[in-house]
Formats: sequence, structure tokens, C-alpha cells
Amino acid sequence: MTMRVGVVVFPGSNCEYDAASAIEAVGASSEFVWHGATSLSGFDAVILPGGFAHGDYLRPGALARFSPVMQAVEEFAHAGGAVLGICNGFQVLTEAGLLPGALQKNRGLTFLCQPSLLEVASTRSALTSRASVGQKLSIPINHFSGNYTCDDATYASLVENDQIVVRYVENPNGSRDAIAGVSNVAGNVVGLMPHPERATSALLGSRDGLVLLESFVSGQLATR
Amino acid sequence: MTFSVVVEVSLRPGIADPEGATIERALPALGFQGIANVRAGKCFRLSVEAASEAEALERAISLADRLLSNPVIEQSTARIEASA
Repeated sequence: MTMRVGVVVFPGSNCEYDAASAIEAVGASSEFVWHGATSLSGFDAVILPGGFAHGDYLRPGALARFSPVMQAVEEFAHAGGAVLGICNGFQVLTEAGLLPGALQKNRGLTFLCQPSLLEVASTRSALTSRASVGQKLSIPINHFSGNYTCDDATYASLVENDQIVVRYVENPNGSRDAIAGVSNVAGNVVGLMPHPERATSALLGSRDGLVLLESFVSGQLATR
Repeated sequence: MTFSVVVEVSLRPGIADPEGATIERALPALGFQGIANVRAGKCFRLSVEAASEAEALERAISLADRLLSNPVIEQSTARIEASA
């Protein structure tokens, strides 16, 4: 059966077509879900794409977390459904409390739009079940607030529960421990700043995002 | 009554502040000496309908905790500026 992936569209999202196209490239079907929707029934997985939801006013994700769809995303996540936040979607998931930590302005206050080399830190998440620990992936970043921040207690629990999913090989933005993406404790909710959906074809410079998206649509969650 | 409330949101102590650090690094080049520990934050001015100052502050703090600040990295304070 083909996996059905809901791609949430907020006012100001701008990577929803890239995400949908990439999801179809790995053999799943996708459908846009407007942020006013109150149900995600019928979907096997959900993506919160990149962009500037609600203009990123106040803080990235701060207003989007109050969109009606986020209640449905929270219920979907708590029921064990796979949820992926990419870039702005990651920021929304942290603001909503579905992922730990927060994304601050980049060190140096520079908007970064460049290829980045990542290293897979855990294969326990919905995004990395088919990758291997230590695997290097070239995936672009495109953000101003990607500086992953958390307090010491949160960091210790991230390490203890194997929630650090991917790290930058060369930390571009000041993120704590070069963290590029994290999961919740269960591993079904994942957020990352780099854009795997933009690394799905040699024509785009890299196909390294495919293994992540294939993991995501495989419906597999490696058990602990 | 309507109360004018000022809410200040700042990063919690110990949380790195890239904006404050960048401002601080720029100071010597602009001729400002002897200024350190620059921390950037946000300031919101609200007109709050409430029966008392205490209630106005309580409502503003509730808003600050829920929306204006991200408690993961930020803290907020509220004060009455002047009754409007």
C-alpha cells in the first residue's frame, strides 16, 4: 500500500511543493493540508515544510504553533505517527513543545544558504532508520535561525535517550554540539534544519536526502 | 480600567545570545569603550483592560508565558507604565 503523507501548508510556507515532489520521488503519495485543518485522519505520516509560517513574526514558529492543525499534529504524534519538521517546520515543532530545545539566530547573525555536510548520529529515528551511524550526507541548509539551543539538563537527556539524529560536520551556525536535527524520545517526531527534500537528484547537487526520505516513508521505526 | 503594561522578554541567564554578542563585538569599532555584557531582548507595550493593576499584570504575564516568550530559552517580566 502506498504511504500517504500529509504536507502541512501554513500561510508563508514555501517548501511544500519541494517536499511533496521529494515524497513522490521515494514512492509515497502526498497531499497538502491547510493549516486550518483540524484532522489528519487518513495520513500515515506528516511533514511540516520549510518557509516562514505566519511571517515568522515574534519568533519562527511562535504563531504557527497556534494554527488549528497543530492540535491535530500533536494528537497524531502522540499516537505514534511519523512527523517530520524541516527547517521552519523544525522551529514550529520546538515552539509547540513536540521537540526539545529551541532554534536561535545563527551565530554571527548571517543568513546561511549553502551545502552542508551532515553526519548521522542515530538510526533510531523515523528519518534515519535506513541510514547508518557515521554516514556522511551532503544536504543544503537555508536559514537564519538554525542555532540549536537547549539547557544542560535537556542536552543530557538528548544524549541519554539517543535523540540527536544528525550533526553538522562543520558547525555553520553555532548549534550546541553541532546538532542539526533531533527526535523526541520515541523517535517518531523528528526535526532538522537542513533540507533533505532539496537533495533528491544529482541535478540538484546531491541525492543524499533520499535515504532520509526513504526511511521516513518506510513506516519503520527501529526499536530501541 | 485600561492599564499600560510593558513586557520585557530576554534570554535566560546562561543561554548564548548571538545578537547581543554581535552588537558587543561592534562597539569598539564605533568608539564605545567600557561597555560589556550586552544582552538583546524584546519589549512589548500593551493596553490591558483589567479591574486592577495586579490583574493587568497577571494577564500580561500569562500572555508573555504563552506567546510573547519561549520559556525554553527566554524569561519575561511585566510592569505597569502608567494608567492610560
